[in-house]
Amino acid sequence: MKTLENAIDSAINRVTARAAEEGLLDVAYTTADSPFGPLLLAQTRRGLVRVGLPNQDAEELLVDLSERVSPRVLEAPAQLDEARRELDLYFEGKLDRFDLPLDWRLSGGFRQRVLRAIDRIPYGQTRSYTEMARKAGNERAVRAAGSACGSNPIPLVVPCHRVLRTGGALGGYGGGLPMKRALLELEGVLDESPGS
Amino acid sequence: MTALPPFQTVLDEHSAAVMGILRGAVGRDGAEDCFQETFLAALRAYPKLEDDRNLRGWLLTIAHRKAIDYHRANGRKPVPVAEPAELAAPNGMPERDDGLWAAVGRLPPKQRAAVALRYGSDLPHREIAAALGCSPEAARRSLHEGLKRLRKELA
Repeated sequence: MKTLENAIDSAINRVTARAAEEGLLDVAYTTADSPFGPLLLAQTRRGLVRVGLPNQDAEELLVDLSERVSPRVLEAPAQLDEARRELDLYFEGKLDRFDLPLDWRLSGGFRQRVLRAIDRIPYGQTRSYTEMARKAGNERAVRAAGSACGSNPIPLVVPCHRVLRTGGALGGYGGGLPMKRALLELEGVLDESPGS
Repeated sequence: MTALPPFQTVLDEHSAAVMGILRGAVGRDGAEDCFQETFLAALRAYPKLEDDRNLRGWLLTIAHRKAIDYHRANGRKPVPVAEPAELAAPNGMPERDDGLWAAVGRLPPKQRAAVALRYGSDLPHREIAAALGCSPEAARRSLHEGLKRLRKELA
């Protein structure tokens, strides 16, 4: 016999599935394992909108999505199967280009231009904050380019870990410098850009 | 306006209460359908909700309406049964008494709902009122009338 909890769980699953079918699922999210700890993945109908790194508070990120995108936020792992699959391959070193639709709405203006430029840095290569500022249309806004990297809502997939200081120092990383260093090692570029 | 919490939080926090009153109102089989209808209706309306202070009362109001729809669609009378005891037991609900719940089942709809919500789901008057869409005073009255009738019937 079904216990009450099982009945509630399966009823919740059906609510989520029907919400997706009926276009009521504005933000679907799940957590995914990574070598660095659990990631939060969130997606809208446009694409991946947020990746939360292990050192970030997932609850806070969900509240933020609720405020800035839509409060129709539901845990719906099946919706994020492809994102999870590509990230798994990336961490195994078997994927050098993500093929996921992205939703850029959490960053606007200059920041979004910086992030779109970062999105085009190829696997295994690095660029400087200055180059990113220039690509985004304002070479002197190096600090602003740095803060755009720091506020990247879709890290890993939009590879802000490939942006370093001029001269090769690591700079900063939202997920912590050890993670940035490990990602650059995974991509085989650390030797050319010794860390600070 | 205070920001609304992610809907998943609402689902996680209130699903047991909603399932509890629905089982009381429509029985185990109907409850799962009504549960889906309740939360989908809530999800549809959620972004326009202006006040997140009584989400539970809001959900129970919707659940109550879905239970009424269910009975209408099935053309039969509500059968509040001993199901809610499953939820309420840890709060001191005595073991099931089929005679008592059968008598509850014979009460008029408002009284029956008030009794089921109060003793089956352990809701305070304020929330019973929200679920029934009436004033707390009217909820209290329905409960009182229902209990009076039960006492008479079971005496």
